[in-house]
Amino acid sequence: MGHTRKRGAPSKHRSMLMSIKQDFSSEAVPDFRNLGIIARVLLAVNAFAFAVAIVATPTWGGALDRFLRAAALLEPMLLATLVVLYLLAPLLARLAYWQGAGAVLAIALAVCGAVQFVAIPADGEAPSLLRNAALGAATVAALLAYLRLLNRAYSPALSEARLQALQSRIRPHFLFNSLNAVLSLVRRDPQRAERALEDLAELFRVLMQDSRSFVRLADEIALLERYAAIEQLRLGERLAIAWELDAAPLDALLPPMVLQPLLENAVYHGVEPGTGVGQVVVHIERRGARVLARIENPYFEEHARRAGNRMAQENIRERLQLFFDAEARLTTRIAGGRYLVEVEMPYRPEKA
Amino acid sequence: MTPLRVFIADDEAPARERLRELLADIAAELPTEVAGEAQNGIEAIERLPTSRAQVLLLDIQMPGMGGLEVARHLAGLSIGPAVVFVTAHDRHAVAAFELNALDYLMKPVRAERLATALRKAVAAGPPARQQLAHAARQPREYLSVVERNRIVLVPVREIVFLRAELKYVTLRTRGAEHLIEEPLVALETEFAERFVRVHRNCLVARAAVRGFERSADDGEEPHWNVVLDGLGERLPVSRRQWAAVRALVQDA
Repeated sequence: MGHTRKRGAPSKHRSMLMSIKQDFSSEAVPDFRNLGIIARVLLAVNAFAFAVAIVATPTWGGALDRFLRAAALLEPMLLATLVVLYLLAPLLARLAYWQGAGAVLAIALAVCGAVQFVAIPADGEAPSLLRNAALGAATVAALLAYLRLLNRAYSPALSEARLQALQSRIRPHFLFNSLNAVLSLVRRDPQRAERALEDLAELFRVLMQDSRSFVRLADEIALLERYAAIEQLRLGERLAIAWELDAAPLDALLPPMVLQPLLENAVYHGVEPGTGVGQVVVHIERRGARVLARIENPYFEEHARRAGNRMAQENIRERLQLFFDAEARLTTRIAGGRYLVEVEMPYRPEKA
Repeated sequence: MTPLRVFIADDEAPARERLRELLADIAAELPTEVAGEAQNGIEAIERLPTSRAQVLLLDIQMPGMGGLEVARHLAGLSIGPAVVFVTAHDRHAVAAFELNALDYLMKPVRAERLATALRKAVAAGPPARQQLAHAARQPREYLSVVERNRIVLVPVREIVFLRAELKYVTLRTRGAEHLIEEPLVALETEFAERFVRVHRNCLVARAAVRGFERSADDGEEPHWNVVLDGLGERLPVSRRQWAAVRALVQDA
């Protein structure tokens, strides 16, 4: 289904891969500091070893026994290799793909050889070093090929997600109400009307922009402020936003339009349904190697039940996954009459 | 020509301001005066009856009570206003609301359209109750009673039971009793989630059912009574409804 459509537009496809390359270095070896990659390697190697054990022995009990015996050597090898790859990840990322792949292979063999040398006493029953090396090399090659395929399979989804995102990111309701508010200012306060139109233009510029590359957190915050200015115009004192940005890492890179739709949700579900003042909090901070963003708003149960629209959140979740794989999270909870949405992602500073 | 009295209900101050400007713009063609303003649905219900407004410009999306429900309560007034709905939704959403049978304007509103809609609405008179009920997609949050020139709102969640008596339906809350002029069948359909029918003439709030007891009246055929939360009154359950009502308590 999706495949035929993608084949129809090869040039677009290629340009997209290039732009991803700039941001993700997807044509370098996998990032061995990425949780998703680590988890996949651990699972794949163990599954492979278990499969080998099943094939090699006639009974289930025998297979389990054999797997456990193999694991005594396999697990230290696997973990040691991953630790070394984790430490060397920044160096590996600088190499071209084939050099990187060669380096990974060499590292894996060296580490496994060393583990075997240490683990098995000189007088012990030593398995053939050459045979183990061949098996190890085959495993590493298969894993690298799998991770590369995985990376490629996921990439076209970016353009799909983008299309979907474009349709659902700003509510028509917001656009028309905003234009209406600006119209009311044109005669009374032309200068404020001008500023409001500039803010709207800025918002839509970002909205229509290439959403495949990262943006700086500082830019995303500027966008939040422009959006808030428009809503303020419309809702007046009913909207009260507390900005907690002192610890926000302004140089962090993140996918575009991740926070704005969440603030829009907060206003739509948390301020508009109320007749009084709606307190919204925007909190962004860096905690070690992570960036945490939290947006909270008053919770209207009745409204949430009726509106029940989680499109924006699903959209953001999908894009976070495409950009950060398993390393980013979007969670929501309700506490003390407030609705909280939290985004947690790796801190990737902009390279100077 | 005496100016047309217009009432504006919208939760956004700039939107009300804009409508006032547009009314001023079309004054030469259609003289109007602003009879009152409200910034949410409840306020509109409080203020409109004494404003002597002939036509109401009513935003659909307002906090507290949406425009469609406001119009349904105002329809109980003996001399209700004509209504022009205003919405920021697009055509697609308007179709979903089934507003097409009613007069509506889309934001941002244009002066010419406003003039046309006002004339048309005044000529057509207040919208019919059935039409409004049809356009509303959700049950109301309040029922209303008109007392002289005032609309009393009773939150549906406070109603313990509704009982049909002759021409009227008695609406009972823990603290008060009102008479409303709506068929019990229509209420049963609209609030099916909240009320259960215990008798041909009576709907009881599911949440208010505490239990049942066997009637001990002599001379009468024995039957079950609903024991209510917070009210001493017992309501008889008809034999026909007993199975459905009993299941309700067993579920809980």
